[in-house]
Amino acid sequence: KTTRGMLSDSRVFDACENRKSKRRKKQSPTDFRLSRLRRDSSGTSRSNWKINTMIMKTNNSIYLCRQSFFPSRNSCSPVQFRNSSFIHIHAMKVKVLSRNPDDYVRETKLDIQRVPRNYDPSLHPFEVPREYTRALNATKLERVFAKPFLASLDGHRDGVNCMAKHPKSLSTMLSGSCDGEVVWNLTKRECVRTLQAHEGFVRGMVVRFCGTSFFTVGDDKTIKQWKMETPGYGEEEEPLNTILGKSVFTSIDHHQKEGVFVTCGQQVDIWDEQRSSPIRSFSWGVDSFSCVRFNPVETELLASCASDRSIVLYDMREATPLKKVIMNMRSNTLCWNPMEAYNFTCSNEDYNLYTYDMRYLDKPFTVHMDHVSAVLDVDYSPTGKEFVSASFDKTIRIFPKDSGHSREVYHTKRMQHVISIKWSSDNKYILSASDEMNIRLWKANASEKLGLLAPREKAAVNYSQKLKEKFQHHPQIRRISRHRHLPKSIYSQSKELRVMKEARRRKERNVRKHSKPGSMPVVTEKEKHVVTVVK
Amino acid sequence: MDDEDDEELQRALADDIISASEDEGGSDDERKHCKLLEAISSLGGKKRKKLTERSEASIQVSEFTVNAEGEGDKIHLSDLIGTLDKTPSALIKTKKQLKNLQHNQSTLETPLTRKETEKIQREVAFEKTSKEVSRWQSVVLQNQKAEQLVFPLNQEPSGPKRIEQVVAGWKAQTPLEQEIFSLLRMNKQPLHDPVLTPTEEASLRAMSLEEAKIRRAELQKTRVLQSYYEAKAKRGKRIKSKKYHRIQKKVMRKEYLKQFDEMVKTDPAAALEELKKMELSRMKERMSLKHQNSGKWAKSKAIMAKYDDGARKAMQKQLEVNKDLTQKLVIPADEDEEDEEESAETLPDFVNDVEPILDQVNPWMRGKLSTEPMMEESNRLHPPVWPREVGKPGEGRDDQEEDEEQMEETEEESLLRGFEERRKLRQTEDVKVSDDEEAGLSNFTSLFHGLVNHMEPPADQPKAGPGLGQGESPALLEEGLVRVRTLEDVELLSQDISASDTALLTTRDLGTEETDTQSATQQADKKRKKMIDPNEVLTKEAKVIEMPLAPTAVEDVEDKEEQRVIIKEAFAGDDVISDFLKDKRKQEEAGRPKVIDLTLPGWGEWGGLGLQPSRSKRKRFRVKVAPPPPRQDQKLPNIIIAEKRDSSIAAHQVCQLPFPFENPIQFERTIRSPVGRTWNTQNTVQKITAPKVVTQLGAIIEPIAREDLIKDIRQAVTGPSINLESDQGPQKKRRSQCSNGGYKSTLS
Repeated sequence: KTTRGMLSDSRVFDACENRKSKRRKKQSPTDFRLSRLRRDSSGTSRSNWKINTMIMKTNNSIYLCRQSFFPSRNSCSPVQFRNSSFIHIHAMKVKVLSRNPDDYVRETKLDIQRVPRNYDPSLHPFEVPREYTRALNATKLERVFAKPFLASLDGHRDGVNCMAKHPKSLSTMLSGSCDGEVVWNLTKRECVRTLQAHEGFVRGMVVRFCGTSFFTVGDDKTIKQWKMETPGYGEEEEPLNTILGKSVFTSIDHHQKEGVFVTCGQQVDIWDEQRSSPIRSFSWGVDSFSCVRFNPVETELLASCASDRSIVLYDMREATPLKKVIMNMRSNTLCWNPMEAYNFTCSNEDYNLYTYDMRYLDKPFTVHMDHVSAVLDVDYSPTGKEFVSASFDKTIRIFPKDSGHSREVYHTKRMQHVISIKWSSDNKYILSASDEMNIRLWKANASEKLGLLAPREKAAVNYSQKLKEKFQHHPQIRRISRHRHLPKSIYSQSKELRVMKEARRRKERNVRKHSKPGSMPVVTEKEKHVVTVVK
Repeated sequence: MDDEDDEELQRALADDIISASEDEGGSDDERKHCKLLEAISSLGGKKRKKLTERSEASIQVSEFTVNAEGEGDKIHLSDLIGTLDKTPSALIKTKKQLKNLQHNQSTLETPLTRKETEKIQREVAFEKTSKEVSRWQSVVLQNQKAEQLVFPLNQEPSGPKRIEQVVAGWKAQTPLEQEIFSLLRMNKQPLHDPVLTPTEEASLRAMSLEEAKIRRAELQKTRVLQSYYEAKAKRGKRIKSKKYHRIQKKVMRKEYLKQFDEMVKTDPAAALEELKKMELSRMKERMSLKHQNSGKWAKSKAIMAKYDDGARKAMQKQLEVNKDLTQKLVIPADEDEEDEEESAETLPDFVNDVEPILDQVNPWMRGKLSTEPMMEESNRLHPPVWPREVGKPGEGRDDQEEDEEQMEETEEESLLRGFEERRKLRQTEDVKVSDDEEAGLSNFTSLFHGLVNHMEPPADQPKAGPGLGQGESPALLEEGLVRVRTLEDVELLSQDISASDTALLTTRDLGTEETDTQSATQQADKKRKKMIDPNEVLTKEAKVIEMPLAPTAVEDVEDKEEQRVIIKEAFAGDDVISDFLKDKRKQEEAGRPKVIDLTLPGWGEWGGLGLQPSRSKRKRFRVKVAPPPPRQDQKLPNIIIAEKRDSSIAAHQVCQLPFPFENPIQFERTIRSPVGRTWNTQNTVQKITAPKVVTQLGAIIEPIAREDLIKDIRQAVTGPSINLESDQGPQKKRRSQCSNGGYKSTLS
């Protein structure tokens, strides 16, 4: 053959090839199907091919699909699929509605039905109005369910002067009246034990940190230690220990961890439980103290309220008191914050409570106003976030620790001047002891449902709480949530006080306006009530 | 006062002693003399009654053999041990001390009163206590910030306890038990409390569960990062593009340079080490032939270089690299000398770079020369630093001897080259200076000129100075020289010209060219019909603002005119009336009712992305709103009465921004974000609605204890690093290690 011939040959060959390939392309679907079928009929072990496969022909493209699109347990796995010598001719482009059964199928029939939700915000308009309505409803319901009063423990034959919490048992509570004292069981709301501790007033009482015994002080100038257990049949009700003092003791408190307690009267005495004379006495030019308290956190620190309108700080390890702040009026009691070592709140005769940072005594960091008469007692919640105060105006108020005004006020018709108050150590209850011989048990959170809550209930409570918090600034919600009924006397009195305060403010402003600039410095509310700090 | 009294008393006593000794002296003359003196003193009017005293021998003769010799002598303390003086030498020391004591005139201060001491004591004690108490600050703050506090703070893990924990005092009794226990003891396994081995306990103590979790997360993260980088590196390695790698290398080199620069500042020691590495890489390069244009590739390129620009460039680049790497490092110790040398030597190198312009046709022929100066120049600008990647291990070759020979050769060559270059420079220098105004000078050459000029300050600096000054000053002066004659001109002025400046300008203009201004303003008025006439707008006479201007002669007649112009200038930009009309129209537009489309996709038909609800449906759900009552300001052209406020809604709206928020947007955002289950997933809802304080019914909450403080401080120390890693750090959420079961079940 010539080279030309070869060339032509090769061209011819190329042409043939092209034609062949074209033909192949055209024929391929039918061919393929035939081959598949043939293979099936030959009886190979892979018999499931024909069931799952089909060939579809749409405009110029061929689809090879599996019959079952949905992955289910009995469909063949991808591995099997691959092994079955399949040829994917074209990308699968069939649109079907498909869902993952995991999204809607329950695992067992006892499960709750799954409700798929679309959280796309465009599908949920009016979210703010809806939540607002919910918040409004929650606020209203809160007021509806606000029934704080739980029980009244009556049995004292004289006004109740003091109370003590049991450090280990929530259900036990001690109360001292003006004639004797009683131990109470709160869950049964009954008196467990009565004993005549002192002649005259029981001024103060405290349970030892271990809860096995308690101390009382009374007007008969004695300190007595008693067993917590009830004496057995035939045994005499006798104190474990009696210390005779020189003067009347007005208050007592026990150390958090050691066998040391502190009393106050004419001076502040620190006692060892084993000794009959004080191991240390502090006096700083004052003739009488009304209250002394150990710091529950920094356990060596003490604070006392004195009759010279001062609050004195002590350190048990030092020979001298630490510092003294003198205020305009006398403080009745004080209480340390159990979660913040350096903060304490004192209840004052001038209707206010003052929260101090013990490091900066020159002014209180919050003045809590709302009472309309002298505040007689104060106690912190064990979480340290709030405290409760008892007042001569026959009400109890609950203050957030850093707010100037109370969040709650409790009163009943029959409750007289509240002398002593305690917040239970599980943060759920408040106990108030008042003049008219009763001890009252209150809920710390007026509308809270006590007892066990179902998880959904709990979630609902949390949600409504969050809603209230979120919309708290809205006028309607604020109005409803803040509304409290007050006895007429207290209401009018508070109104009067407001007027007086406004008048005083106006006068001061006017005086300042007409005096030489700078001669009347602006004194803030916090600075007003402190006279001096004595070092 | 007391001290003075004492002194007087002493003096008096001394007098007495003297008189006594005189008495004892005994002679009649003396007595007479004394009397005489007394008489004289009494004459002075100062009558002094003198007690007659009998002197005693004990003054002169002491039983301790100590006496004050002579009149008025005092007994020194050291005299008291005079008797002992002769015997021991050890007493000298005491004697000296005593003497010192005597010389020390200052008396001890009187002790403070009790009141004062107590005060000081109190203050000290208070300081101490307040310092002690302040330790709690961090804990308190942490608790305040905590998203959730679960009380009681330190809960015991709930759930059943192991028998070993409950039962105590159990002993092995049977021999088998004893054997087992002995085995256990030998292997340091726990016996009585066989829950944890000592090592396990120690590890537990070392790391709490939370910390461990955090640590694990940290490790996971690093592992992921590592694998990611590895993968990335692998991918990068597999890329075949040479360009990519070249760019990559360049980037790396730059980064390395930056790092090195920083290192020089921060960690000189490490930088020195790096320098050493560079030196090593340089040596290796010099030993090798890697970038010498002698490889296979280089030779092939050399053939191509004649025709291909790219190949030429590649060759040059290689040579550059070689130059880079073989550059001797500057040793910082004798930096100054080097600098001097360089400044002397630099010039010749630079000349070479101007040359290529002339010889652009075949720069390849110049080979190394053309690249060299470039590098040197860059070296001078930047510290000579060399990339790390060039000095890879395995580059060095075994045949070192050959290399060394070659190295010597190249050194010689370079020396020769240097000389030649210097010679060339001397020739070209003059030419260069004269050719200053050459048009197409590259940046590089200009730099070169700068350097040349620097070398010859007297000749060229004055020349360069004014040129530069002219280049800059026109822009400054232009602003000052532009005359603002018309309002259009004022508008043209950039806005940042201060008012005083414009005033100054206008006044000056008015002072000089009054007529021009007037005509111009008239023109401007004609041009802009919309312009507001200040006389119409401002009914009240505007107050003339007097400003301390430069002493220009401004006449009173021109005052009014000026005023007018100023007002016009002030209102030049705004067109109040049309703005108002526009506003009103906009509000009317907004108040007009719009068709409300309430169609929801997917109800009664298919819905989804890209699917439109059917027309019939849209028609059905399109609500036409009845037109609102006519606007109140419909017939009042000059007034807009806002009709937005709805009193029924206003009762539910917040009118003041509440306290913690700083702007309304913030507040609105918090309100807008929904909380409920309808809008959020279950987990989110739980997270959002979690209460701040959780207490358990019936659980006694004890006051916070000192142990917590120690723990918290430890946490605070490790805190920051932890917080970076995980969003649920201990500071954010203070929870006891195992909260009560009920709560947990709701949470997770």
